[in-house]
Amino acid sequence: MAGLESALAHLGSIEALAARATPVHRLDPRAKLLTTGAFLATVVSFGPRQVIPLLPLALYPVALGALGDVPARPVLARLALASPFVLLVAIWNPLLDRAPALAIGGLVVSGGWLSFASILLRFCLTLGAALVLVAVTGFDATCAALGRLGAPRILVEQLLLLHRYLFVLVDEAARLLRAHALRAPEARRPGLRVAGSMLGQLLLRTLARAQRIHRAMLCRGFDGVLRRRGALRLRAVDLAFTGGWCAFFALARAVDLPRLLGGLALGAGR
Amino acid sequence: MHMSDAFLSPAVGGAMLAASGGVASVAARRLRRRPDEGRVALMGVLGAFVFAAQMVNFAIPGTGSSGHLAGGLLLAILLGPHAAFLTMASVLAVQAFVFADGGLLALGCNLFNMGFCACYVAYPLACRPLVGREASARRLALGAVAGSVLALQLGALGVVVETALSGASALPLRSFALLLLPVHLAIGIAEGLVTGAVVLFLRRTRPELLAGGAPAAPGRRSLRPVLVGAALAAALVGGVVSWFASARPDGLEWSLARVGAAPPAVDRLHRLLEGLQAATALLPGYAFRGDAAPAGAAPWPAPSAGTTASGIAGALLTLGLAVAVGAALRLARRADRSPRTPAGPP
Amino acid sequence: MSHHLVSAADLRFAYPDGTEALRGVSFVIHHGESVGLVGANGAGKSTLLLHLAGALLPTSGQVRVGDWPVTASTLPQIRRSLGLVFQDADDQLFMPTVGDDVAFGPLNLGLPPAEVDRCVAAALERVGAAHLRDRPSHRLSGGEKRLAAIAAVLSSSPDILVMDEPSANLDPAARRRILSLLRSFEHTKIVASHDLDLVLDVCARTIVLHEGRVAADGPSAEILADARLLEPVRLEPPLRLQACPRCGGAAR
Repeated sequence: MAGLESALAHLGSIEALAARATPVHRLDPRAKLLTTGAFLATVVSFGPRQVIPLLPLALYPVALGALGDVPARPVLARLALASPFVLLVAIWNPLLDRAPALAIGGLVVSGGWLSFASILLRFCLTLGAALVLVAVTGFDATCAALGRLGAPRILVEQLLLLHRYLFVLVDEAARLLRAHALRAPEARRPGLRVAGSMLGQLLLRTLARAQRIHRAMLCRGFDGVLRRRGALRLRAVDLAFTGGWCAFFALARAVDLPRLLGGLALGAGR
Repeated sequence: MHMSDAFLSPAVGGAMLAASGGVASVAARRLRRRPDEGRVALMGVLGAFVFAAQMVNFAIPGTGSSGHLAGGLLLAILLGPHAAFLTMASVLAVQAFVFADGGLLALGCNLFNMGFCACYVAYPLACRPLVGREASARRLALGAVAGSVLALQLGALGVVVETALSGASALPLRSFALLLLPVHLAIGIAEGLVTGAVVLFLRRTRPELLAGGAPAAPGRRSLRPVLVGAALAAALVGGVVSWFASARPDGLEWSLARVGAAPPAVDRLHRLLEGLQAATALLPGYAFRGDAAPAGAAPWPAPSAGTTASGIAGALLTLGLAVAVGAALRLARRADRSPRTPAGPP
Repeated sequence: MSHHLVSAADLRFAYPDGTEALRGVSFVIHHGESVGLVGANGAGKSTLLLHLAGALLPTSGQVRVGDWPVTASTLPQIRRSLGLVFQDADDQLFMPTVGDDVAFGPLNLGLPPAEVDRCVAAALERVGAAHLRDRPSHRLSGGEKRLAAIAAVLSSSPDILVMDEPSANLDPAARRRILSLLRSFEHTKIVASHDLDLVLDVCARTIVLHEGRVAADGPSAEILADARLLEPVRLEPPLRLQACPRCGGAAR
């Protein structure tokens, strides 16, 4: 319960961030969505043991977040919350794959640890980018972009309505749980039968609400399509944003930038 | 159980995204053909319901643990498979976009594992035939449990296979399956029980609501789909058990606690798994094999002091640069903003 | 002129579970009238409102709105001329932002984008909520939600405004605001409410519903002052018309 409530608080903070007006917020949501897609594809296209070549890609979420005034702490906190399963799977790699793959001075690093680090890094990059994307775009605009990029209309409408009523229904569930806790102070959580009734009640209310919403839609001329105002318009700056970043991703994929940089630095030092 | 972007190869992620996107567009087309009759509102609010329902944690009988409704099967019972699939798609998309559960590329995998398996496999095969309008409470509960177990086992298997195909985990397919499937068996039973409880509640209070979702006509209800479902589940469980048996000839060695605690056991386990995987690897090119890594699986060049040093130095520099760029951009934004809007954001 | 007329003739309706909600309701409401619809819980107020908007169709009898009988085929015309504000604003504000919601009706009427924007701005201006346009609906206070819901109906410029419990769950300041807003409308108004003080303030005429029938229909000042009429239908005169408990005198 606390988990979902904190998740809702997180959703609220994401919304507050999305309401800001930085140049990144003003970019066309399609440009941001496509660029993020290209970013994700680039990240996962690296080999399973590559760690260092992935590092330059961190520039994308970092720069996007910085330009969009997204504070780092909530994003990192969200990543930490989502990490247990990834850790659970990744931790087997160092246990099982213990052949040396890399030597740093006297320290030998096994392939397992490399792939472990690689998985964690990918996890941070991909999910960090997704979180930053929504924080600088907003959920609604992201959905609008999905629709314009060809997602089925029904799915886009579904996303919008789900997001709208998430808060209403979670409040309702919280009230139910509070009422249960007040009248059954001994039970830490409801048993199966009680939970079935509670969920059933919640479901009945949900269905009644669906009917009222449908009536409200009909009363205002709903004919099966949820229409929204405002057309998206791609500007030169959107194209430059997408083009520029994609070029950077391609460069980072083709050239091992850190090694190049390190070589230059060490060479200059000599 | 959400598949994560971090385990995906582009091929697997892309293929699953395409597959799930295809199913979604077919489902959308099917739905569009029917008149709305409140479906838009109903699907939207039920999607939100799935989130809210996950707050209601209940005690699983006979154990000390708790479970919550995942929702895929209940949605299929209420809405039918197409609308349920799209509703699950929206739930998973919100989780991926907003809550960092899974990830955007993994959305295809997750939609397949948790949406497709529940709505298009478990529901028609195991659940619908058992949950007719006049089914007894026991039969209904059985149907819900069978459906949930099947859905969750298939979903967990999906995670295992997708991870293995992507080649991200050194854990061999079978061991990974052994890790996930039993856990999901327990979750599936709990999920099925609570789904059954909710459906029973609905049947007591608003029987007409279930009429649309469970159209098993009396008299025409054949047991064949149940048998197929049961056979599928049996094959799955049997396969798992036999894997399990063959993977540990000496019975107790394979235990998570011991693996964590005793390094010698790890070594033995390691060799055992290696051998097994060498014999059974689905895609040897992608497999992790510490000693004899095939070309392409380990793109990291052979260790050599010189390249390593420059690699490490470069990594540190890159990290430093990224942080510096971020900080500089932030400072620039602040300097840019402060003269014009002295008051910060509300 | 029958243009903004609303009438019901022997209207009957039973829900699918057999509950008879309306058992022969008849009335005629003329252009520009403001009518309060009062009655105890379960008297049939909300069911009646849903019939006026065509969200429910009668089991027998007829509803007419303007020149049209309310039937499945006339619904588009009905919904163009009559706007219904729901009791729970959360049910009515289903779009992501207030602006989207206010634009919903005009967009469904097929208006061109510039005209839609004009309607949205005008409707929000009318209820004094222009600053809410880009706010997400679920982040509004109760009073703001109510204003947004009213604007969402006004944007389609209906001739007849129907409201279900406009003052429910509002704090006194928000209630006062809604009240003065209602008084400023020149539409034909039909207001269902338990807030009899509000009905007395806003509506010249009151229809009392009791168990699915019209128990009384006449000037609000007379009906709402008649305790002997109101008591059997489980209502009480507005506080304003009751004797003052301190001094024993009537409050007027």
